Amino acid sequence: MIPETRTFAGAHRPDRMYTHNADGVGIAVYEWGKESDPVLFLVHGGSDFAGTFDVFAPLLVAGGYRVVSWDHRGHGDSEHAALYGWDADIRDALSVMSSITQKAAPVVAHSKGGAVMMQLADSCPYRISKMVNIDGMPSKRRMPDVPDHDQSRLLADSIGEWLNFRHEAADSFRKPGTLEDLARRRGKMNPRLSIEWLEYLVTVGAQQDENGWRWKLDPTMRFGGFGPWRPEWASLRMAALTMPFLGLLGTIDEPMGWGAKPRDVKPWIPTGGRLEVLEDIGHFIHIEEPVLVSNMILEFLS
Amino acid sequence: MSITRLQHNKVSLALHKVREGEGRALLLLHGLGDSAVNMASLPLKWNGPVWALDFTGHGESTVPAGGGYSSEILMADADIALRHVGEATVVGRGLGAYIAFLIAGARPTLVRGAVLLDGPGLAGGSIHATSNTEITSAGTRTGQTPDPWALIELSRDARPPSYTTTFARLAVSGSGIADPIAVACKVAPPWVEAIRAEPGVMVDITLQDALDIYAAI
Repeated sequence: MIPETRTFAGAHRPDRMYTHNADGVGIAVYEWGKESDPVLFLVHGGSDFAGTFDVFAPLLVAGGYRVVSWDHRGHGDSEHAALYGWDADIRDALSVMSSITQKAAPVVAHSKGGAVMMQLADSCPYRISKMVNIDGMPSKRRMPDVPDHDQSRLLADSIGEWLNFRHEAADSFRKPGTLEDLARRRGKMNPRLSIEWLEYLVTVGAQQDENGWRWKLDPTMRFGGFGPWRPEWASLRMAALTMPFLGLLGTIDEPMGWGAKPRDVKPWIPTGGRLEVLEDIGHFIHIEEPVLVSNMILEFLS
Repeated sequence: MSITRLQHNKVSLALHKVREGEGRALLLLHGLGDSAVNMASLPLKWNGPVWALDFTGHGESTVPAGGGYSSEILMADADIALRHVGEATVVGRGLGAYIAFLIAGARPTLVRGAVLLDGPGLAGGSIHATSNTEITSAGTRTGQTPDPWALIELSRDARPPSYTTTFARLAVSGSGIADPIAVACKVAPPWVEAIRAEPGVMVDITLQDALDIYAAI
């Protein structure tokens, strides 16, 4: 079977792709640019994959960087693990970074990747020289119109559904479809991105077999959920960062975003840090405006 | 003890039948780094069948690669055991006490009382945001039980009071039992202190007294 392909203007697959063993979990690593150039780590968000940087990463390479990214465990071409967790993602990140350099290097991270890397930057400030967070600055969200007893019921339902799902997790699989089907499905989560881009992403982040295309994302992973983690903890860690910091925030809410508003984020920007608010842009700032955002980042890093 | 294998995603859980009995089951949950074997020797009287579970990465259960543990995953371990044994009273030590408490809130109609005992991993991690120390290797014990990643990650998992009190309220509102939680531990880390003040939580009670109350339900 010859797989369907798509191209997208400005998109380049990485120059090097390999698997890194992170404590027994195979992590797919991608590099754009010359190996002799200074390293810049680029980190994707939840339910995403490094291939979403196929336009953005080459723009950073043009600024003189060796851009290194990886698929988080269970995402893209990385191994589907038995367990997933915040600490495990941080540890995988450290493992990949340590395999590239022991020196502090700049990090550009999007969405959940931004929150994860802020925790890494807080605990290991000697590993990150400069931090750019692209709409990964969660703040405390409230549901003021939902009475307490209804919130408890929603939580009970959510926990029950999650537990039920765990019983079936071993047999779960991603629903197949045509390339166009998958692009349309993803479009519900990324309503501001073009269908041409989404179809290109399918050819990178999904695989084709005799039944059609399926996203590579581990089917045992679920969007959302519950747990003890509090979004405002990310704010506390952000305020503690000591390296130069640039935060980018779009103003348009999207399903995959955190819903953070500038007024929620500004008080927690670390001392000496900077928050740039981009009007009329959604959660995927670097995909909507790759040239603008890469120029802002390259200027900040310089 | 006989072992029943239960599948939880990629992990094979070991559920031990400690002894036969007539009536409602008793499910025993061990502490951090411990196993069902030590729980089986817990002195208690119970007429129904008694089961003891090895959590993921512990005892006779299998070890996943690369860690990623959370108390919620262990709660799902307990839920898978409950589906096998049916309606049960749950006794937990240390980390197992926390898991017994969580599953009492998550499955209030299945759990007929949860008894919380002292043991390893009772405290858990901070109730606030913390900076975690860089740990990049589990050392040479990788692949054996107890999984070193379980010891590292589950000894510092966050248990904020606002989270735990929610589970206490879910247990009370969903179980139809007046006091579905029995705190029989001597040590009271912040999460235990928070739930001690909640309605439906018995305090200053012994394991056997709590079991006698739950057996009568």
